[in-house]
Amino acid sequence: MRRPGDRIFSGLSTSAGIVILAALALVAIFLIIQAMPALLADPSEVRGGQGLFHYIGPLVFGTLLSAFIALLIATPLSIGIALFISHYAPRRLAAVLGYIIDLLAAVPSIIFGLWGAEVLAKGSVPLQEWLFENLGWIWLFSGEQATATGRSLLIVSTVLAIMILPIMTATNREVFLQTPSLHEEASLALGATRWEMIRQAVLPFGRSGIVSGMMLGLGRALGETMAVAIILSASGARYSWELLTSNSASTIAADIALNFPESSGISTNTLIASGLVLFLITLIVNMIARWIVSRRAEFSGAN
Amino acid sequence: MSKRIDVHDLDIYYGKFKAVQGVEMTIEPRSVTALIGPSGCGKSTFLRSLNRMHEVIPGAYCEGEVMVDGVNLYGKNVDPVGVRRKIGMVFQRPNPFPTMSIAENVLAGVKLNNQRIKKSDADELVEKSLRGANLWNEVKDRLDKPGSGLSGGQQQRLCIARTIAVKPDVVLMDEPCSALDPISTLAIEDLIEELKADYTIVIVTHNMQQAARVSDKTGFFNITGIGKPGQLVEYDATEKIFNNPNEKATEDYISGRFG
Ligand SMILES: Nc1ncnc2c1ncn2[C@@H]1O[C@H](COP(=O)(O)OP(=O)(O)OP(=O)(O)O)[C@@H](O)[C@H]1O
Ligand SMILES: [Mg+2]
Repeated sequence: MRRPGDRIFSGLSTSAGIVILAALALVAIFLIIQAMPALLADPSEVRGGQGLFHYIGPLVFGTLLSAFIALLIATPLSIGIALFISHYAPRRLAAVLGYIIDLLAAVPSIIFGLWGAEVLAKGSVPLQEWLFENLGWIWLFSGEQATATGRSLLIVSTVLAIMILPIMTATNREVFLQTPSLHEEASLALGATRWEMIRQAVLPFGRSGIVSGMMLGLGRALGETMAVAIILSASGARYSWELLTSNSASTIAADIALNFPESSGISTNTLIASGLVLFLITLIVNMIARWIVSRRAEFSGAN
Repeated sequence: MSKRIDVHDLDIYYGKFKAVQGVEMTIEPRSVTALIGPSGCGKSTFLRSLNRMHEVIPGAYCEGEVMVDGVNLYGKNVDPVGVRRKIGMVFQRPNPFPTMSIAENVLAGVKLNNQRIKKSDADELVEKSLRGANLWNEVKDRLDKPGSGLSGGQQQRLCIARTIAVKPDVVLMDEPCSALDPISTLAIEDLIEELKADYTIVIVTHNMQQAARVSDKTGFFNITGIGKPGQLVEYDATEKIFNNPNEKATEDYISGRFG
């Protein structure tokens, strides 16, 4: 016999779970149904006039490119900040810093977008021009002309990096704090400096945690709409590695946000189809992240 | 290489709490010194103060002198990292690095001092250290397998190999056998006997027979009450401590344990 309280609670939580799953399924079904016409339509009717894959391909490319660059910026930063909090900062300062980083997670993305477009983009024009002039031989910084407004894919990635910093830092800090003191002391007793101890004991122990933090960050960076839409003026459906020019690639989320209001008919269906692709990409990334996290749990149990 | 240690008027603190008070002790080179005493009397704390591992704990510090061949470990310009390279430590629970292979574990300390080491030199050092720790024959066919795949006793000997691979002057051991079965314990005791030829060894143990078997000198630590600091009550030749101690407290402790 179970107590009524238990039964009510388990009933509530089960139904909540079912509602969430149902909502997810409904979203997927909606996307598929709405995307269908674009899949079936004649290529010339689709946005861009050359078929669905021709339209979505470059956007997928741009989405992945900006998210990966964001990850490239955020990963070392988040590891550095997390290490500082877990192993260098005095306890009081560490608590304050952790709190500030968590607060960053609560800033709405539209604010990040406005800040990125108004402050960061404008302020960094000289820096971007410098990169263009001096490091133009790196394919990422090459192109015709650096954008005069500064609203480039590089700024998009930088803002995305700042947005995914809190979750990545929080995950990293958690795993770094969990390093068994047994292993830290083993390293110190061999005559390791603090940094050597971190490389020998803390980072290897935290590796899978770092990877799962990266995946979570990637998931968020991929789906981010508002910040990207506000900053990026380029609405190009083109494959381009250029980070500094106004000829850069665009992202799915930004493309939808920019073009949805004025679209109709097959055009709308095309946008929804690209949304479906984004949905699948983020789903897969998040599933991989969960899988890595769970594998990690098994590992630490066995040790 | 081995060195003489002179401890003079050493007080050891955890923040405001004074855990150990007024230790005076001279440890001869190439000898084994055992530290015994009831739980909580500060044996581990004292041992960790001998290679400046104590201060790794937040708020922990020492006052007094620990002279190693005439140099005060707690002197102004002494780098604790350098101290720990010269004075190695083996812990109560075996702690090989889980992400490293057996060979990498042995080389862990050497890689810190000297990042680039020739492959042939490295192989030689791995073999020498593992032989030194009486582990070579058991692991020579699986040097590239994880160190955490060994038995507890083997892991502890791996940790000893890792410690002696950096050629320290002194080896500190904190209850190195307490997690091991009697056979592994004997293996480690034999090893201590052999290591004595080259190193100064200080070992904490709760096992009276072990102290009597392996050590030349024994120090008995005690506390007079909860919250009071531990003190070195008596320090003398092991024979004397076990057969004819000067202090009543020592005799009570030893006879109590021996029944
Ligand atoms: N990290 C710590 N922080 C604060 N106090 C500590 C810490 N470690 C030990 N102590 C205190 O210091 C005193 C001595 O502890 P220590 O671990 O040195 O005893 P021990 O003789 O090694 O005991 P055992 O035989 O149980 O290992 C104890 O009162 C203990 O509570
Ligand atoms: Mg102890």
